Formats: sequence, C-alpha cells, structure tokens
Amino acid sequence: MTRTRLPAAFQNWFARQGWTPHPHQLALLEARDAPATLLIAPTGGGKTLAGFLPTLVDLSGGAGPGMHTLYVSPLKALANDIARNLRHPADALGLKIRIEDRTGDTGQAQRKRQRVDPPHILLTTPESLALLLSYPEAPQIFAGLKRIVLDEIHALAESKRGDQLMLALSRLATLAPDAARVGLSATVEDPPALADFMAPGPPEGAGACRIIHADPGPAPDIAILDTAHPPPWSGMGGRYAVHEVMDAIAAARTTLVFINTRAQAELFFQALWQVNDANLPIGLHHGSLSRDARARVEAAMVAGDLRAVVCTGSLDLGIDWGNVDLVIQVGAPKNVKRLVQRIGRANHRYNAPSRALLVPANRFEVIECRAALDAVAARDLDGERRADGPLDVLCQHILLSACAAPFDADALFGEVRSAGPYRRLPRADYDRCLDYCATGGYALRAYDRWQRLMQRPDGLWQLRDPRRASMLRMNAGTIVDTETLKVRLRGGPGLGEVEESFVASLTPGDTFLIGGQVVRYDTLKEMTVMVSRSPSREPRIAVFQGTKLACSTRLSERYLELVNDAAARHRLPAHTRDWLDLQEDISALPAHDRLLVETFTRKNRSYLCLYGFAGKNAMQTLGLLLTRRMESLNLAPVGFVSNDYALLIWGLTEVADPAELLASGPLKQGWQDWLGENAVMKRTFRTVATIGGLLERNLPGQRKSGRQATFSSDILYDTLRRFDPDHLMMEITRREAMHGLVSFERIDEMLARTDGRIDHRRAPHVTPMAAPLLLEVGKVPIKGLAQDDALEEEAAQMMAEAGLDAP
Amino acid sequence: MTAYEFSLSGTSMQARADGTLWLPEARALCVADLHFGKSERMARRGGSLLPPYDSTETLIRLADAVRACNPATVYCLGDSFDDDAAGLALPPDIEDGLTGLMAGREWVWIAGNHDPAPIALGGSHRDRATVGPVTLRHIADPSETGPELSGHYHPKHGVATRAGRQVRRCFLISGARAILPAFGCYTGGLSCTKAPLDALLKPGAVAVMLGRRAVPVPLDRALA
Repeated sequence: MTRTRLPAAFQNWFARQGWTPHPHQLALLEARDAPATLLIAPTGGGKTLAGFLPTLVDLSGGAGPGMHTLYVSPLKALANDIARNLRHPADALGLKIRIEDRTGDTGQAQRKRQRVDPPHILLTTPESLALLLSYPEAPQIFAGLKRIVLDEIHALAESKRGDQLMLALSRLATLAPDAARVGLSATVEDPPALADFMAPGPPEGAGACRIIHADPGPAPDIAILDTAHPPPWSGMGGRYAVHEVMDAIAAARTTLVFINTRAQAELFFQALWQVNDANLPIGLHHGSLSRDARARVEAAMVAGDLRAVVCTGSLDLGIDWGNVDLVIQVGAPKNVKRLVQRIGRANHRYNAPSRALLVPANRFEVIECRAALDAVAARDLDGERRADGPLDVLCQHILLSACAAPFDADALFGEVRSAGPYRRLPRADYDRCLDYCATGGYALRAYDRWQRLMQRPDGLWQLRDPRRASMLRMNAGTIVDTETLKVRLRGGPGLGEVEESFVASLTPGDTFLIGGQVVRYDTLKEMTVMVSRSPSREPRIAVFQGTKLACSTRLSERYLELVNDAAARHRLPAHTRDWLDLQEDISALPAHDRLLVETFTRKNRSYLCLYGFAGKNAMQTLGLLLTRRMESLNLAPVGFVSNDYALLIWGLTEVADPAELLASGPLKQGWQDWLGENAVMKRTFRTVATIGGLLERNLPGQRKSGRQATFSSDILYDTLRRFDPDHLMMEITRREAMHGLVSFERIDEMLARTDGRIDHRRAPHVTPMAAPLLLEVGKVPIKGLAQDDALEEEAAQMMAEAGLDAP
Repeated sequence: MTAYEFSLSGTSMQARADGTLWLPEARALCVADLHFGKSERMARRGGSLLPPYDSTETLIRLADAVRACNPATVYCLGDSFDDDAAGLALPPDIEDGLTGLMAGREWVWIAGNHDPAPIALGGSHRDRATVGPVTLRHIADPSETGPELSGHYHPKHGVATRAGRQVRRCFLISGARAILPAFGCYTGGLSCTKAPLDALLKPGAVAVMLGRRAVPVPLDRALA
C-alpha cells in the first residue's frame, strides 16, 4: 500500500541500483506532511536517503524558485559529501534543482549569492544556519521552506550546538511555519526525549513528533578479546594486547580500532606498527592531526586501501564505510550508548551482524567491559539526562536576533520557549539574559549611555550601533576551541595541533608523539610549535590532552551489580575472579548502596581508599575537596590519585573517622570556596563568556597585533568574582560546573545513594583493589605555593649560571 | 624583602612585586600604564561590555602601593587614562579615591599615547620628568644615553619551570634603561624577547617577573 506513494520514476531508480526501498524509507515518505518526525536507524540503514526521499519526490513534481529543503549536519565534511551524493539520484531522475552547501569553508561570493538567490537544497551546519538567520534578508531566504532535515541529531543533542540549532529552528518556525522537520538519529537510550528535544511546539504540550524505528538488525556479535597475558593492574593504553589485536586485524577485511584519547591512540598506533611484520596498511586518525592528514586517511578508507585505522571519537560520525567488518574498542567503553554506536560502524550491510571486540586496558576495566557487554545484550543503553538549554547560548541568540532586525521582547520569548531545550525557561531567566545583552547586566549600572541593545519608543529592541552586527556575527557559534597551536616539522609540513597548555609544559628537547612519529620540541615561533624528527623510539612525554570520558552512571551501577552477583561473577576471567575473592577476604567488595572506605599504612604513610564509582571527573573533584578538608582537620594530606571507580589519598596522619570527613555539610561549604579558585572554573568561564559575547574570539590575524590590549579571560573572572560574583556569566559557569568537568552532581548522587552507610575497613596492608591505584599515573600533589617556589628556584639557577647576583 | 634592588647609572631602585618602582633616595614611586577607564572606553566605542570594575581594582592596588611606600612624589608614566575622554568621565568614587591619594604629596602625570592632553584632576602634567639624573618618559627613547624609566610596552616574560611554564608581567632592565610593567587591571602584555622590545635588549638584560616576590631572570639566553 505504501509503495503507491513512491512514484514510478523512483521505483525504477531503486530497481536500477539493485535496491529495494527500506520500510523506514517509505514510512518517512508516508509521514511527509507531519510537522516533525524522528527516524532512529542503525548506521547503514540508508538514513540520509530516507530523509531526502520526500524532498526529491516533491521536487520531481516541478521545482519552484526558492529554498525547498534545509539540511543541517554536525560535520562540514558531511554536508560536502551529501551534496555530492545527492547529485546522483537528482540527475538520474532528471530533477533540475540546485544543491549547494554552505559552511565555514564556503567562499564569500557564493555566500552572498546564496543570500539573494538560495538553492533548492541547502546543506549546512548549525553555526552557518545561525549566521544566515542573523542577516536582515533571512525572511526572504527561508520564506518558502518546506522541509528541514537534521542529520546525526543524537550527536548534536549532546552539546550546546544542539541548543543553538533548536533556537535557530524556533526562528525558522516563525519565518516558514509550514516547514516539516525530520530528525535522523543513531540508536539512543531515550527516543521520546530526543523527539521532544527536536519537536516544534508551544511551551505547554510539546508539539507531537512521531518516532519511526528502523529494524535494528541482528544482535551484534561482540566479545572480549582473548589475550595470552591478563591485562596489567593499571594503565590505559592496552598495549599488552597488541599482538592479538594485530592478529584480529589480519583476519578481518577492514578494522576500526577505537581508543579513548588521542595520546593513547598515538601510542597504540606506534605499538601496532612495531609488530606489523606483514606491513599491513594501517592508518591513524584523531582530532589533533592536521586536516590534510585526516583527509588522506579518510580517502584511503573510501578507496579500500587500508586494513585498519586507529582512531578516537573523530570517526564516531561521518560517511559510512561499507567495507568495515570489525570494530575493536581498546580501553573500557565508558558509555554503553557510544559503544553500541561504534559497534554499528562495523558491517554496514544492513542485515549482517556487527562484529566487535573489546580490549580492557586494566583489571578494573575487565569488569567494566563485561558489564558493558551485558548491557549491550540487554539493550540497556545509558545516557545522562539532558540539562535545560544553557543561557550563554540564549544570550548569543538574542544578540544575533538583534542583528537581523529589531525585535519585540515578548514575541522572542514566545519563540524561544517553542524550542525543545528552552520549553521550561522561566521568564526571569530570559529577562536576565536580555538585560545582560543590553547593558552588560552588572550590579554597577555603568553602561546606561553605551548599551549594546536599546529599546526604541515603539518598544522594540535594536542594536545601539548597527555597525556592531558584523562583530557579533564573527563571534557566533558554540564551539570554543581550547587554545591550540600548530605543530610544524622544521622545513617540513604541518603535523597537527596540540593544546597551548601542553606546549606550556614542554622544554626544548622534550620528545612527544604526533601523527605516529616521535618529534623533538625545538621552539615556539610565531604561535607555531617547531619540532624536528627524533631518533628515539620512546617519547619522553606522551600525554597531550583531549577529552576523556567519565564512566556513565548506568554503567557504574551495572559494574557494582556484577561485582556483587556471585553467579554473574563466574562469567569473568579467572584472574579477575581471584582478584575479587581476595579483596572480599581482606576487606570487602564495594556495593551500590554503601560506601566502602579502606584505611591502611604503607611505608610510613597513611592511605585512605574510597570506592565512590562516580566517574573520573567527580572522583577527581572529590579528591581535591577531601584533601582540602583534610588540611583543615590537620590530617596532612600529601597527594591523591583517582580513576572512574576509586580515590586513593595518602598523608602523614591516619584518618580515624572517614564519616566525619565525608559529612556533606562541610563538604558542600568547602566546595563553594574551592570552586571559586579552581582552574577548571576559569576554563569553563572562558567558554561561557565567549559564547555569551562577553569575550571576543581571537580571530585569525588578530592575534599578532594589539597583544598589549588583549588580556586573558582569567582577569575578567577574577574581577567578577571579587566585585560581582552573582553576575549572569558567573552563574552560568557555576551551573555548568555541576555536570561537566567538575561534576559535583555525581558526588551528590553518590552521597545520596550511600546515605551515610559507610563501611570503614582498616586493612592490615594495601588491599587488592587499592593496589592498582598505587600504580596509576596522574597523581595529584597537594600544593600550596609550588608554582612560585618552582619559579624562584629556576630563576636563581639561571641568574647563577649567567653570573648575575640575585639578592 | 619582596622587591628586586638594582641601580641605573648609580641611582638605586627597587622593582616591587606589585609592579611599581621605588626610588628610595628621592622617595619617589613610579607606576606605568594605569589605563583608568578602559572598560568604559571599550563600551563607548561599541566593543564588549566588560565588567566595569577595572578602575576600582586598579585604584585599590595603587592605594596599597602608596600606603606601603608613603612616597613624597608619585610619577605616573603615561597611559594613566585609557583616553582623554576616560580621564574626564571618571566615576566620582574613582576621582575621590585618586584625589585622596594625591593629598599631601606631589603627583606628576606624564603624557602617554592614550592620554596626551592634561586631564582635569590635580597634580602636574608633563611630557617627561627627571629625578636626579634619571629621565622619566612614556615611551623609551632609543637615542637616550642617560638612565631612563618608561612604560608603554607592557612587558611580560615566560620561563619554563618544574611546575610548567610561568608567564608573568615584568620589569625589563637593560643597560641604563628600565621599562615598567603595566599596572592597570585590564592590560595584556608584550613579550620581552619579541619585536619591538627585543631591539632594546642589551647584554646582561634582566626581566624582573612579578609573583609573590619580584624575581629576576636573565634574558641573554632567551635572546640567543
């Protein structure tokens, strides 16, 4: 019956490709008049074609002038590829339509033309869409829009880019009220939440968004990789398994090797090549490599020239590669949903099961991998609840709205509340954002004469200085780069980028890995890191940052369930079972509703080990908070180390009563004080203030001149903290710290679930579960004025070497 | 002692950890690039609406330094105000605070590129000043042969240490010349080893970096 909706020309085209339309493709065509539809399909299910089929069918009936369909994707490259791939059916079906992309890479002339004469199908990113909407011509550009396709909407919904996109769509809903929305998503844990996020609608009773589930296909075939040696006690790299991984690559056609951080990817790639006796073509792909290097690997993958790629989350999205038949995840997945999405990258032939192998990097991770496998089998996906739309993104939206045209505050408020993430936005918050945009929002009303937005006699808000619009547009977007510097080989090509903070830790002569080669840091020249090839095989410093995921709440829960379920424990390898049995004999096993705290003495130091299972960010924050509190109780902490599961603190005095230390009242007070001074807060503030338009972005070319006049965001943070601590930007920064990197939310959650039920075990010596932490890298020393000490020490030495007297 | 003592052609001086320079014999306190009114000027010209507390913060720091030294004379080495209009439009509390600091001592405003015209506050206004053999001006004059104090460049310097790279505002002492760090709250910095500051470096040049103490660091190696 549904087939009748597919015009004959299309049926023929499908037949000529040797394809049969998938039921979900037809279902989407069927639903083409619905205001919003969300399609959930595994990779390889022809999602993109499903999203465009209604458009192509519509346009085959004759294309009028103006934009018909807007396509938004998180990746510029994807917008590019889709433009090319759509051309094929459009030409074959004889459609006379213009398909163009518009991203940060689109030339000035083409952009200008697109504003005057938009193509039938425009492919773009959330940032470029927000910009397009900030032009006075926006109402004309989008006047006749019929359809909006949101690709990889699950990925967009995970960041502020999704909030920005939904605000842009709320504007579009006013300009083109009839445009239907289609969201395309990979498997997610809570489809209704995602549907609610993308649905248009008034605040009460969100607009209905239909959900179409594609056939998820056969269950994946996944297992933990068998290795000759058990995984080491600690460490993250998984290099112990390199031979077995090599064998698995050799046995498969094409393999994606996912690894959690860029530094680990570099190290693992190097280790693989050391055992790659057959010289199989294996590539490397991560976000710190230069765009050229990444493009080369992607092209080689498309051409089928590679047998494997070692990659990070950089390949979580993007064009499907049909020839991938194995996914190997090195290191625990940390998050079941992401694991499922990654596994889906293998075998894109729709009806074949995906094949995947997990490689736990240490003993703790053996259990996490087992728990994750169980979760995948039970289709029990995790996911943190999405926070309400952030206010810094709203501030940017208000400012960009003013760039397009004067606006009415009430009307804009109504529009904003029709966006999923902002449906519960209180008017008071909106008014605060508007006031911030207009006056700066300071307790000291200093800018009444120089307001950014002014209210006209007719009540509309407009830019005080219309010339300001171009500056505001340049600031658009919610991606705030960590300051990165280019890395260039002396007299050679660019290799990639590393964080400025990483460069700050280097001294000339230090060696590190990038792009699979060991390089030596020579000098910093005009904001470029100059390096030379190093003959050494072992880099001295391996770590440059890149995001590390914290183990999700749900997976942590499953971890604890598994440990406490005697029957389930039999499915763990023998070495790990023995480890847990020993732990139970000497101390106890951590449980979900109790907090296990061990104390023991070793080499004249007192240790405290706390099994909080709150994820690495929260456990690190807890370490900082507890050691702070220990200082005030004269317990002389010396340092600590943490991972996703536990926190180990050492000091000079034994903690007799851990319950007192963990009392939530003082802990929360300490949190307030500590939070203010924390470097993570300053970093969060920088992002918030940039998105909110308080700080202007460093634009290319601007960095070289006027250095005297540019000062760091830390100065603004310190000033606000002292004189105006309740300022909107400070408030937003604190809200973000609750989840994000500081993750106090999960400490709260841990305290709530254990509710004072603390099992204090005084062990005779280091316990089996605490032992790996002693070996863990990333120990945090408790420092007072360590930086000043180090500076004075270094300076005195330099003065002495130079033969100069220091006083 | 948190200051760094040195002498320029026989005149002894102290580079203080707060970024001011003290001439003990003349009981003179020198400070450069206060940039009062910077946030107001940026807003007026249509830039960001920055937290409008920079002038208050700068005033508090300046008052601390004046209280600590009790100088007979204060020399402000130019760019004291972010522009002439900022000088005229100072909020009353900042003006009152400055007037209070000026009471009972001599106060010399040296003109800078940001604030060339005399402002309405008290004190005397000069293009340059002399203290004994030392000439005080806003921008270092490369043809000057005698001892000289100046500001303008906002020098900063970075050193790699055990605790990571430390970048601080600094005094730049080179030959008979010393350049003061910017004192104002919202001020950035220019690296001592980059153009145009590197042209002023002579053998034996020292950067005195600000921290809990004023810490001298040789610049010869950084320059090589």
